[in-house]
Amino acid sequence: MTFLLGSGAGFSGDRTDAAIPVVAELIRRGQPAALLFETLGERTLAAAHRAMRDDPAAGYEPLLGELLAPVLDDCLRHGIAILGNFGAANPDGACRVVAELAATTGRGGASIGRVHGDDIRARLGELELQRWEAENRELPGEEALISANVYLGAAPLVEALELGAEVVVSGRVADPALFLAPLVHHFGWAWNDWDRLAAGMMAGHLGECGAQVTGGYFADPGCKEVPDLARVGYPIIEVEEDGRLVVTKPAGTGGMVTARTVKEQLLYEVHDPANYLTPDVVVDLSSVRVEELGPDRVAVTGIRGKPAPQRLKTTVCYEGGWQGEAEISYAGPNALARARLAAEVLRERLTFRAPVELRSRLDIVGHASVFDSDVGDLQRTLPASAGGDYRLRLAVEHSERRWVERATQELLALYCAGPAGGGGVRRQFQRRVCTASYLVKRSDVEAFATLFDATLFETKMANERRDADVAH
Amino acid sequence: MSPTETNMAASTAGGREVALHRLAHARAGDKGDRLNLALFAYDPHHYATLVEQVTEERVLALFAHRGASRVRRYLMPGLAGMNLVIDDVLQGGVNGALNLDGHGKTLSFLLLGMSMVVEDVLR
Repeated sequence: MTFLLGSGAGFSGDRTDAAIPVVAELIRRGQPAALLFETLGERTLAAAHRAMRDDPAAGYEPLLGELLAPVLDDCLRHGIAILGNFGAANPDGACRVVAELAATTGRGGASIGRVHGDDIRARLGELELQRWEAENRELPGEEALISANVYLGAAPLVEALELGAEVVVSGRVADPALFLAPLVHHFGWAWNDWDRLAAGMMAGHLGECGAQVTGGYFADPGCKEVPDLARVGYPIIEVEEDGRLVVTKPAGTGGMVTARTVKEQLLYEVHDPANYLTPDVVVDLSSVRVEELGPDRVAVTGIRGKPAPQRLKTTVCYEGGWQGEAEISYAGPNALARARLAAEVLRERLTFRAPVELRSRLDIVGHASVFDSDVGDLQRTLPASAGGDYRLRLAVEHSERRWVERATQELLALYCAGPAGGGGVRRQFQRRVCTASYLVKRSDVEAFATLFDATLFETKMANERRDADVAH
Repeated sequence: MSPTETNMAASTAGGREVALHRLAHARAGDKGDRLNLALFAYDPHHYATLVEQVTEERVLALFAHRGASRVRRYLMPGLAGMNLVIDDVLQGGVNGALNLDGHGKTLSFLLLGMSMVVEDVLR
């Protein structure tokens, strides 16, 4: 029997009403189903660890309550399992939010599973780490270290489902593993059934970014039209026991599922398509085919699997000093020349108002920005209209906040001391978190699941508060 | 003019120049300092043109000002497309770049600005 995988969110900050039509469709179909929330990126995990350091009760997906509130009761009533990496740095805290939310509709006894084992910060020094090939960074010193999390596979998520969890909360797991887990649980696929595992992982890969497979992040007016993007439907992936899969979306929603929307997502963030590494299987997409079966129904076939890698990716987050940005606009006749003069003035001011190690970049938005190099090659060479609407942007980085504040204040001072007609200054600065990726031995990682016990959690939190009070 | 661009200019005879954007669609993805650009012909008829003209050399030249160190191209004939993997092009990546777009998400359209020579444009 077909198993349905519905996407509820594709990143932290995604639409919080997206899951509603997906769950309505899953209920209407009445087939076995799960709802998946992927809300954890490299940036968001680092932010969550920082938030938890400031407040031990924080550190999970900030939108968790808003994401779950409209659909939790429906899913519990209809046996639709919910899995999410919305636990981020604090899965226990997220479990508590889920438990409280379930209690508001009289389902306080809902079974909540919690995945353990991704957080290896305490053991980082003992483990044998290999550098990840796409980066070349030194391991930061202990004082700068914020977090270290392994990308777990589907096994601990499956374990949680086997314990009877109706909602499964994890921190760092490989995003598509959220989708693979309910398939392994439902169909009883073996952990060495590589082709099926690969198909399940690709169902996850296609669904994990939410609307990116159903017409989101796709529209290009005049070339690629997408209907009703404001109400784009999030994906539902139909998976058969033999691994055949079809991408579709809820009836009555916007967006579209076509061979083109599926192909763009199929290779998203993939490097070698014959060796797409995931914790549970190496996926081979060399022979993959995409076929439109009908309106908003696309089959993906030919996915092959190879044995799982012996090492798992780990992301280490560490303090990266301070980053600041400031912007000012110039518009109308001769605007480009005035913006360029402002950039020159600023560059010169920074040579004697900021330390030499301050890293900086100047863009002229409207002329050359996101495509440009850090030193402005395109700004110097690309033709542009003399008049127009340009925005000079300064970005700086330094280990000390005061120099980032000073540098951005220099842009602010262009109001009175820079070229004519500058306006609309905005400034902001924030701590920067850097990340580096490594590979750890699979055998060094102990991943497992437990059921959340609210009473134990409250005792632990009370003890932590007491310890903190003693420390003060 | 690079050797590749010279060849391109020579082959303009009998064809006409269009932006890759007319022939293909693309999406960017990032991991660390590495960018991948998935590129697909709108019309499978143009896949051979993409293979012939969207070469590793030309893509490397297009991203040279960003510090790109290597381009690897994986052909996907079954999808009438290819995956281009570009190293060291993200100025530090999402957590390290000073660029407004640290992910490099907009760079699919830098690729789509590449100039192509075609016999016909079917769309």
